[in-house]
Amino acid sequence: MNTAVKTWPDLRGRFGPYGGRYVPETLVAPLEELEQAYAKARADDSFARELDQLLRNFAGRPTPLQFASRLTEHLGGPRIYIKREDLLHTGAHKINNCLGQALLAKRMGKRRIIAETGAGQHGVATAAVAARFGMECVVYMGTEDMERQRLNVSRMKLMGAEVVGVNAGSRTLKDAINEAMRDWATNVRTTHYLLGSVLGAHPYPQMVRDFHKVIGKEARRQILQAEGGLPDLLVACVGGGSNAIGLFHAFLEDSAVKMLGVEAGGRGHQLGEHAARLAEAMGFTGSRPGVLQGTYTYVLQTEDGQIATTHSVSAGLDYPAVGPEHALLAEQHRAEYSAASDAAAIDAARTLARVEGIIPALESAHALAALIARAPRMRREEMVIFNLSGRGDKDMEIIARYL
Amino acid sequence: MATNSMALPKTPTTTRIKRRFEELGSRGEMGLVAFLTAGDPSLEATESFVLTLAGAGADVVEVGVPFSDPVADGPAIQRSSERSLRAGTTLSGVLDLVVSIRRKSDVALVLFSYYNPVLQMGIERFARRAASAGADGALITDLTPEEAGDYRRTVQAHGLDTIFLAAPTSTDERLARIAEASSGFLYVISRTGVTGARESLPEDLPALVRRVRRVSRLPLAVGFGISLPGQVSILGGLADAAVVGSALVQEIERAASVDAAREALGMRVRILKHAGKAGMSRREPGA
Repeated sequence: MNTAVKTWPDLRGRFGPYGGRYVPETLVAPLEELEQAYAKARADDSFARELDQLLRNFAGRPTPLQFASRLTEHLGGPRIYIKREDLLHTGAHKINNCLGQALLAKRMGKRRIIAETGAGQHGVATAAVAARFGMECVVYMGTEDMERQRLNVSRMKLMGAEVVGVNAGSRTLKDAINEAMRDWATNVRTTHYLLGSVLGAHPYPQMVRDFHKVIGKEARRQILQAEGGLPDLLVACVGGGSNAIGLFHAFLEDSAVKMLGVEAGGRGHQLGEHAARLAEAMGFTGSRPGVLQGTYTYVLQTEDGQIATTHSVSAGLDYPAVGPEHALLAEQHRAEYSAASDAAAIDAARTLARVEGIIPALESAHALAALIARAPRMRREEMVIFNLSGRGDKDMEIIARYL
Repeated sequence: MATNSMALPKTPTTTRIKRRFEELGSRGEMGLVAFLTAGDPSLEATESFVLTLAGAGADVVEVGVPFSDPVADGPAIQRSSERSLRAGTTLSGVLDLVVSIRRKSDVALVLFSYYNPVLQMGIERFARRAASAGADGALITDLTPEEAGDYRRTVQAHGLDTIFLAAPTSTDERLARIAEASSGFLYVISRTGVTGARESLPEDLPALVRRVRRVSRLPLAVGFGISLPGQVSILGGLADAAVVGSALVQEIERAASVDAAREALGMRVRILKHAGKAGMSRREPGA
């Protein structure tokens, strides 16, 4: 199959035509500094050892790959395994990347960490890691998201982070990233921007992916041990796409393993009602390649190139662009992208809670919704790994409205 | 980082920008570059504002294309972009505005935009329309020379100047690359951070300007945080022009009417231009 996958990104930070580095000049030097520091760290065994220790003892890796016997029975289709990233410290996969970048920031001598957050999971993980490393921490969050993820705002504050509300634009993740970029451009000499997804300018899409590859590496080993074979399908939700790329990467060269990324279908197919960038085949409109926040990728936008507002019940998927490597995987047809509606995600969350006793984050529930829709068309001897990227405690107020 | 080593044809004809800086140089006079967001509060108002700025002594006018996600801009220009987009401004509409301004004024005009609106129009179409409208140059805030190969070739082929930004964080190696990619003038960002009026000039600005002078013979315009006559006067000993943006945009925001805004803009530009002339004693004519 595609042996070229390992070479992305190229030296200019491109995944095929996607990616790159589209930033104001002030940010080029810090991005080059970060790129060099990351290259040095990657070549250094002591960095990998230190990170591995933190992943084990602070974050709680490895996470289980659980056979979901009741869900399997309930859906009557393939054998379903759940990768339990929800069991990690702070409640989601985000901590993998935060530990990696905080270690890097320490090596670069940066004492101040800034981050954006949508659902608050990345903000909470960043706040925890900053506290653990004794670093100053500022998290930017859209005021709409602060309202719907109040619990996470309190958690960040408890761990000593300053949470700055962003009242611009759609008051969600996109606007929080704008504000974090402005802070970084202002305080560039002392500050590390701990970006939380496989988005933004090079080297972020590569670096964040690499820190999450542990998800797929573990899952591959675990499924081989449990079943003696590879899965037929991987399913993960895609906002920026960090948990999905983390799971997919270890299987890219296993051509028999299919991959499904699930975006937010929101409440309709028109621009502004959804956050589906790659699921064009399902009739969602408004997505074209363009440049947003440092990278060239599929972006929901108007005819005139203004970035569109998006909608999703899940704050972590409510974003108009997708990680550039996902754009390439879609173009290569290596991964398939679909979308699940708000209502389907809520239903899926309810199903997992009742059948397996696990409350999923609404982001992860989108992936499960797509799996529920597909399972009846799959054979019983097939195997699926569903990435449960986060737990749903933070979403209880939203879910309760639907009960 | 891979660089584009291919030799590019420089702008074939003398642009209004080059001519104006030559005139300023021969008089030993400080230039003033004025920025406005097009379409705030309407394209008709912007047209009258630009004519006023030109009449009051602005040497170059930067016509800002509003964008939904202006990451390089502070609150004043963010709010101005939002007002403009709410009024329905598009890049196409801004290009029509340039046509209309050009019928009435010979002031040097630079289109100032984020990359995505230009990319969606198509670089070739943008360059063709901008040139035929009578624009003299273009500046894309989030496009650095490394990512600008096609853009530069296409825009320069249509006789437009390509202006790039130099920042305090730019290494000497990058400054050389930025200088090589630029024509017309070079925009020196005075400080790290975003646009917005400040009280003082950063202490390390003279060192930055010296570093840029070492790699470029282009006129240097210094911007970000410039709003006061005193700042312009001090810059007179250092740079070839001052860029004023947020302070002008705020005049529009504060004014009770378009007429009042026009009056305030004219006044502000006359004061700043006068400060530039007063500072000319610190410069050598013809230097």
